[in-house]
Amino acid sequence: MFLAIKKASVRPWLLLTPSLLVVTLLLTIPVGFVVAYSFWQRTITGLEVPDLHVGNWTEFFGDYFYHYILWQTLRYAAITTVLCTVLGYVPAYFLSNTKFKNKALLVLLLLLPFWISYIIRTLSWIHILGTNGVVNIALQMLGVTDAPVRMLYVEFSVIMGFVHAFLPFMILNIYVSLEGMDKNLVEAARSLGCTGWQAFREVTLPLSLPGLAAGGLLVFVLTGGSYITPMILGGPDNSMFAGVIFETIIVELNWPFGSMLSIVLLVVLGSVVVLYSRFMGMSQVYKSFG
Amino acid sequence: MRRGIFTPWNGIVAYTMLVYIFTFAPIVVVLMLSFNDSMFGSFPITGLSLRWFYELAENDAIIRAFKTSLVLGSLTAIISTVIGICACIAIVRYEFPGKEFVNTLLVAPILVPEVVLGVALLLFLKWLGTSRSFFVLVLGHVIITLPYVILVVQARLFGIKRVYEEAALSLGANRIQTFFEITMPLLMPAIFAGVLFAFTISFDNVTATMFWKSAGTETVPTQIFSMLRTSISPEINALGTVMIVITVSLPLIAGALARYFVRNKV
Repeated sequence: MFLAIKKASVRPWLLLTPSLLVVTLLLTIPVGFVVAYSFWQRTITGLEVPDLHVGNWTEFFGDYFYHYILWQTLRYAAITTVLCTVLGYVPAYFLSNTKFKNKALLVLLLLLPFWISYIIRTLSWIHILGTNGVVNIALQMLGVTDAPVRMLYVEFSVIMGFVHAFLPFMILNIYVSLEGMDKNLVEAARSLGCTGWQAFREVTLPLSLPGLAAGGLLVFVLTGGSYITPMILGGPDNSMFAGVIFETIIVELNWPFGSMLSIVLLVVLGSVVVLYSRFMGMSQVYKSFG
Repeated sequence: MRRGIFTPWNGIVAYTMLVYIFTFAPIVVVLMLSFNDSMFGSFPITGLSLRWFYELAENDAIIRAFKTSLVLGSLTAIISTVIGICACIAIVRYEFPGKEFVNTLLVAPILVPEVVLGVALLLFLKWLGTSRSFFVLVLGHVIITLPYVILVVQARLFGIKRVYEEAALSLGANRIQTFFEITMPLLMPAIFAGVLFAFTISFDNVTATMFWKSAGTETVPTQIFSMLRTSISPEINALGTVMIVITVSLPLIAGALARYFVRNKV
């Protein structure tokens, strides 16, 4: 059957057809539908009428509730990204510079959480921060407090869940960029009179920035699109934008309004990605998966 | 040079150890609590027992969710890997106009928030008049996992020299034969990694799955999520332990198997 196709220029497209069909039919066209739906009208009886009305959009731009949730979502994403950077850089540096002979094992260990169920890792924080959790038991045994401290179902527990879930992305990206740099550059800096700290600041840090930025982008976008973590570890005040979308579509069945909210989230997080790729290009983000 | 144990490097080691503890402490706690005899899924530990694992094995809802997740993960892994390999061969081995664009398009779903993927696919199917079903879950999981498969396979395919394939072609093999005799064996580690990656991502996914699953269908993560709505039962901890053991041992077994096959071949 392949004899019919003689020209080599057809072959790549033939090979690409299934993947392109998948992406077009399951992503591109559906997103187009979401855009169109965001202008539809939902009547009081729950009927959806094809329309070109901007009511959904004006409602979004006029309602402070949605602005606040969006702001909270971006704030959580930013805090998580900063904490992942702080917690992730040193271990990545350690993995890249250690002379330990089972280095591969150490790398594997730090990446192991990738393989462990996200929902299990999230709920495990209930055991750590809850009223009967490890931290509260320890605090009471040490006599720091008499009654359990409220650490669960607040902003703190949500952020902890996010950091725990997404830290491996950060470590992996920094590690990949540190492994890719020429270690002789540090030696050269040292031989020219730099102190260890200076060599790090002038040579290693700038060279690892692409990995840091790629990790930061992934953590930011992943956190910004989450809703499961705040549902499990957060209280009523810790809703996030994706959670509002879930409620609107799955619970309230308000498709036009939910579509509009989805487009808002896509544009907000998408512009972060676009901004990033303007400066850094996308290759670094994909490198760590290869 | 500074002496003693307070060197900068020791500071780095200590910091790293703390991060390891941060990473593993919650997981270890789940493992510990799953063997707890207590009626409640939390501390204190009143005694060791396997009763929650027995209860788990008799919980029909969980067994059903496990089967659903296994079938879903396997189907997703097979479909994504097969069509992903095809796409990678086209991108790495052929020159064609618009290649950059196609590559970007195929990897783009990684950066689209899963919630948006969820809404978009669901809305499209609603418009087509289809309701949520297992089939929708498979389609959705394919679009989520495909970019990862493509990245993994592409990276490896770039590393395989073209000369081997050209040698086979010049000796009279056709392209299909060349692929199965030369390219595929060399690509095997990446195919393995791709299948494993796709399976794990599918098995683990909850964010988008919550949008696509029909009312009666539960995967393991969505089942856990709905169980969490009431309280943490000891069964959840036991289920967590089972999941941790499976997801940790799967890549290890796969790695060992791969090494075994390689050794027996050479």
